[in-house]
Amino acid sequence: MEIVLVGLNHRTAPVEVRERVSFTAEQSRKAADELRSRGILQETLVLSTCNRSEIYGVPPETSHECAPGLSSFLSEFHSVRPDVLGVSLYHHYDREAVRHLFRVAGGLDSMLLGEAEILGQVREAYRYAHEYGATGPVLNRLFQGALEVGKRVRSETELGTRPMSVASAGVKLAERIFGKMHERSALVLGAGTISEQVVNQLRDRGIARLFIMNRSRERAEELSLRVGGTVLGWGDWETALTTADVVVASVASEEPVLRREFLEAAMSARGNRALFLMDLGMPRNVEASAAELYNAYVYNLDDLTEIVEQNRHARESEVPKAETIVDEHVGKFLSWQASVELVGLVDALRARLREERAAFIRARMDSMNHLSAAERERMESMMDELLEKLLLAPAERLRGEKELRRKIQNVEALRDLFLSNREKT
Amino acid sequence: MKYSFLILTILAYAGSFSFYLGFLNTGKEMVGRLATLFLGIGLVAHYFALLERSRGLHTVPYHDLYGSMSLFGWLLALTYLGLELFHRQRSVGAFVLPFIIVFFLAAHLAPADRLSPAPARGVAFAFHVTLSILAYAAFALSAVFSLIFLGEERLLRSRKLSNIVWRLPPLELLERMSRSSVFVGLISIAIGTVLGFVWVDRLHGQIWYYDPKYVITLLVLLLYVLYFQLARSAAWRGARASKLCIFNFFVVVMSFTVVNLYLSQNHRYF
Repeated sequence: MEIVLVGLNHRTAPVEVRERVSFTAEQSRKAADELRSRGILQETLVLSTCNRSEIYGVPPETSHECAPGLSSFLSEFHSVRPDVLGVSLYHHYDREAVRHLFRVAGGLDSMLLGEAEILGQVREAYRYAHEYGATGPVLNRLFQGALEVGKRVRSETELGTRPMSVASAGVKLAERIFGKMHERSALVLGAGTISEQVVNQLRDRGIARLFIMNRSRERAEELSLRVGGTVLGWGDWETALTTADVVVASVASEEPVLRREFLEAAMSARGNRALFLMDLGMPRNVEASAAELYNAYVYNLDDLTEIVEQNRHARESEVPKAETIVDEHVGKFLSWQASVELVGLVDALRARLREERAAFIRARMDSMNHLSAAERERMESMMDELLEKLLLAPAERLRGEKELRRKIQNVEALRDLFLSNREKT
Repeated sequence: MKYSFLILTILAYAGSFSFYLGFLNTGKEMVGRLATLFLGIGLVAHYFALLERSRGLHTVPYHDLYGSMSLFGWLLALTYLGLELFHRQRSVGAFVLPFIIVFFLAAHLAPADRLSPAPARGVAFAFHVTLSILAYAAFALSAVFSLIFLGEERLLRSRKLSNIVWRLPPLELLERMSRSSVFVGLISIAIGTVLGFVWVDRLHGQIWYYDPKYVITLLVLLLYVLYFQLARSAAWRGARASKLCIFNFFVVVMSFTVVNLYLSQNHRYF
């Protein structure tokens, strides 16, 4: 009942390798089926995101022996040379595999520390594998534990609460002024990558209306096709600035695009309703003195970068709390694993003792002919009773006492002690 | 048994304050719910503590300064709870609870005045006083919301974002909460004042005689009507309206203290 993990992530493999080893949903299923049909694993789950591809499994034999088989399988499945893959792959077993998964679910192993998406990806991978029957009791328990860890890390620590990108920090700041974005409108100046990132954040937060304005109308329309929104003609400041609550400016321009006088006129036209300006241009797109305007809040790239940096420190300070949650759940899982294994051990021991008892009686009864059949039966029954009595107390203690299970985690040693090689398998 | 409601109220308000602080610090929904629950328990216990005090004094709880302060604290808690549920916003609870606790403790731990009941009390008088104190409580809340608005706005403008900024309510919600609170205050003070005139008419047979309290109440009413109008206007919305709201509450405090204690003949503690 060991657990094995083989995989690679953003820390061990460059994006070119990660791309080649990633799994679609269909590929995950196919890989899981093959791994089980070839007898490499009994239970399987493939977790594949843009930053990691990992196979979790329960092998039929000891996990240390099956890891090379898994590596070869990955290499063969994705047609990647073993030497290319070999340097990027990591192998974890049992405690380390459990701990790795729990850290992944908690966002501790993510490129963006504490990111929330990974928990959804773990949940989806588990749901999918469970649906097509690739998981069993061990992986079910393991992934349920991982989901619990992810939930607890998010609710009990501040690891995921603060924005970690310039785009998300800007949108979160806008929410500090307006509250929810559902009834708000935004104007995006520029149609580059950073504008698109902010638009995606705004969309995620439910922005009601989106206007896009770019010097090249063609590019604005391309962006609009991808993310939605209405394209406005460049320079239509009156319409754009009067309606929008949030303005995102990311235009390549030597001079500020949003001059103070435009904004002053716009503030007057909008009855001084609050206006949040996210200036992501370099050089700046919003004239610096516009920050003095009443009810106008201007944040430039440096301001937002500084917030992201502060948040990164704050998130890092939450890591020990999250690690404590991970450790607690690793302990719980190992204790459960030990209890299942120990119960199996007790059952095997009981069978062994019964066999010994039968052999013992056979050998001794020949010299005890004076006993009647009823007396013999009675003696056998008494011996059975004695064996049950001897095994009952430890079996019950193993079921009930977590601490005891924690102490006896090396079940293999107990098997070696009590059972012969034949009975261990 | 004599002090059971007193102790229960203190414990419930203290518990509520701790949970509101916890909610502000962690943002955990369950902690916020516990804060609201304890505030509710505190309100019920406070109500019975007020009844207990009334029975002890053989008069209405607002007949002495301490009773009037306790009633003020109770109405402050009640108004806040109403606004919290209406706006679904708990982050300001940690700022409001200290006021409620201070008013409650000051009222109930101080020695009670031994006063004989005032003459010709009745339903009109009871509502006049209760609604007036409710108005003052609502105005106090609007001042707290405005203070939080100014603090948060200052932090956002300075771009020095401390941890707390991410937990406070959005600026526009604070403005709405302040306006809602003033609205409750305006309705209460308007009805309360009319009932006061009705009671005076019944007592003296004339609806009007000069009392400085009338002047300042009229001023308070006008200032808050002005705030209510200006808070949505182009020139005033935002920080200016919040400053006006705080100034208005300063006038209310004057009305509650200087005018009541030194100038008015008929309004001692409300």
